[in-house]
Amino acid sequence: MSGFAQNTFNGLVSGAFYALLALGLAVIFGMLRVVNFAHGAFYMLGAFGAYVLLTEAGVPFWAALVIMPVALAVLGMALERAVIHRLTRLDPLYNFLLTFGVTLILQDLVKSRYGIQSSPYATPSALSGSVDFGLFEFPTYRVFILGFTLLLCVAVWWVLGRTRIGMVVRAATERPELTRAFGIDVGRWVTPVFGFGIGLAGLAGVLAAPMRAVNPLMGADLIIVVFAVVVIGGLGSIFGSVAAGFGIGLVQAWGEAYLSEFPIVSQTVVFVVMAVVLLWRPAGLFGREEAPA
Amino acid sequence: MDMRRSVGVAAASAAVLLVAGCGGGGPQSGGDQKLTGDKIVLGVLNDQSGAYSELSGKNSVKAVELAIADFKAKYGDKAVTKDITVETADHQNKPDVANSKAAEMYDRKGADIILDVPTSSAALKVADVAKEKKKLYFNIGAATTELTGKSCNKYTFHYAYDTYMLANGTGKTTTEQVGKNWYILYPNYAFGQDMEKSFSAAIAQAGGQVVGKDGAPFPNTTGDYSSFLLKAPTLNPKPQVLGTMQAGAELVNVVKQYNEFKLRDKGIGLAVGLMFITDIHSLTPAALAGTTYTDAWYWNFDQQNREFADRFQKETGTRPSFAHAANYSAAMQYLEAVQAAGTDDADTVVKGLEGKEVNDVFLRNGKIRAEDHRVIHDAYLAQVKPQAEVTEPWDYVKILKTIPAAEAFRAPSADCKM
Repeated sequence: MSGFAQNTFNGLVSGAFYALLALGLAVIFGMLRVVNFAHGAFYMLGAFGAYVLLTEAGVPFWAALVIMPVALAVLGMALERAVIHRLTRLDPLYNFLLTFGVTLILQDLVKSRYGIQSSPYATPSALSGSVDFGLFEFPTYRVFILGFTLLLCVAVWWVLGRTRIGMVVRAATERPELTRAFGIDVGRWVTPVFGFGIGLAGLAGVLAAPMRAVNPLMGADLIIVVFAVVVIGGLGSIFGSVAAGFGIGLVQAWGEAYLSEFPIVSQTVVFVVMAVVLLWRPAGLFGREEAPA
Repeated sequence: MDMRRSVGVAAASAAVLLVAGCGGGGPQSGGDQKLTGDKIVLGVLNDQSGAYSELSGKNSVKAVELAIADFKAKYGDKAVTKDITVETADHQNKPDVANSKAAEMYDRKGADIILDVPTSSAALKVADVAKEKKKLYFNIGAATTELTGKSCNKYTFHYAYDTYMLANGTGKTTTEQVGKNWYILYPNYAFGQDMEKSFSAAIAQAGGQVVGKDGAPFPNTTGDYSSFLLKAPTLNPKPQVLGTMQAGAELVNVVKQYNEFKLRDKGIGLAVGLMFITDIHSLTPAALAGTTYTDAWYWNFDQQNREFADRFQKETGTRPSFAHAANYSAAMQYLEAVQAAGTDDADTVVKGLEGKEVNDVFLRNGKIRAEDHRVIHDAYLAQVKPQAEVTEPWDYVKILKTIPAAEAFRAPSADCKM
């Protein structure tokens, strides 16, 4: 029993990363109709930024947790203004290629400066112990990640659900044409929303640094799964991406724990789920099919 | 592409081929000259941007250049030639790229020998090319024992280490000294499966047992190993050693999470199948303290190694991994063999190398075995120091034991037919 609880807990922790990344991808896709392939690279920059801040300026984890998302959000907004914005009127393929190119450039820049080898990043000392839940013990850092991510998701939820900004973003994300038809200037929100999504990716990166290998390719490995998560949740659905993020984390953890004789299962389970979901609901679990323009 | 452009490209390629053809096939100068083109070309083919670029990569090229400089200084005017150059290429760890780059090195760049070539699948391809072109190949970076087994050939030598050496050293000694019960975690592809088999055999031979083993997905896109790590303490009997066969970033993930779940406090020690000094550097010794592994060479083992490491650091800004030192040694031994033979004719050089006993900065009690071209030498059981004992950067391990050359490597395999 305690083993099951531990594996479930772990699934939720992996799910937290998927949820943070998928949430950012979902709002960006909703608002800009851009499949941001560079999302994984910004996640990597978040982790690397934390490493550089710590080793070259002595900035601790907690400060990095604020500095990196803000810095990357600004970088993201600059990127949106400088290039992405110019391509949004064209075929979505152009922006897909553009963000793919951005990924390669960012990865290579980091690689040429810091090499391919993983960089060390220790767990902050306040979180290095473990918490006793009676039934089982769990690393404090993982408990922190889960709690922090859940709080953040609730906060984002509240902002989106209870504020005027949130209403506009939600409307524009899920029904952009209709929102425009109501006379709301969707364009004004595009840049900050892109920055917000990138900031979330950066935040996930900082959170990952103490428990994952920090290297230039860490985002590239993860982003494929996150794309599947977003598709399962329903492209553009904010709730769907968070729910699917946690759900896929759980399914993967259970698969690894109980089907470890078949490693192929835990590796492919996310894509099997994606295929089944798409057959059953082509727009994803929580997505709505868009009316033809 | 329009017609004009493709014609242009074709013409240009033809011109290049013609020029290259003349250069390679033209008459040699000087009647008594025994070196092709009166020069020696050493090819270093390895990973210069990917997973193995840090432990080998461009710094292996530097190591080979150091060897050339030392060779020239040693022989001066008596050197067989003063014209010794290095050609280098990135094989991206891809067998097909390695194949074509190796052919290009031998044929077009005039390489007399190819060095390094990490990644077993790529290394085996290059062995085929060496055999076909009848040119020398010293493999350093790859682990597979197949290079001196089924795929051995007259022109291929395996220099620094292999999976047998790693398993025999770490598996055997750790079973004797740390604990008999093992849980093995390996990446589920050729290298990991091979390592798992070699380790299981070595553990059994030392009187231990593998109480559980799992093949983790490779590549592991989630980077999470927690379900395996949580399983380890629940096995019956409880393992005393977690043996991880992961490498590079995956090893980093395993170790970070091993520490997170505090398995060492729960009485489960850590043994690593394959580790380079660069891995310890990126994980920090604190994360790995107490971990045992087998090393082919350690920079701070003795004064001779340290002097080499100091020179290497002056050139590169970093301490050498065993692969760097082995590349230096391999280049040096090849040049010595050419010097002794007075020719770069591959068959003559091979004859001179076979059975030769060698001692240098890398090879201790070294011998180039004639039967299978395995280069045997002393290996070392190493343990990562606790943080408090680390007094200078990169001095991360203590050598627990020297494994004599004759014990470190397997006996020549019956599969090898030269």
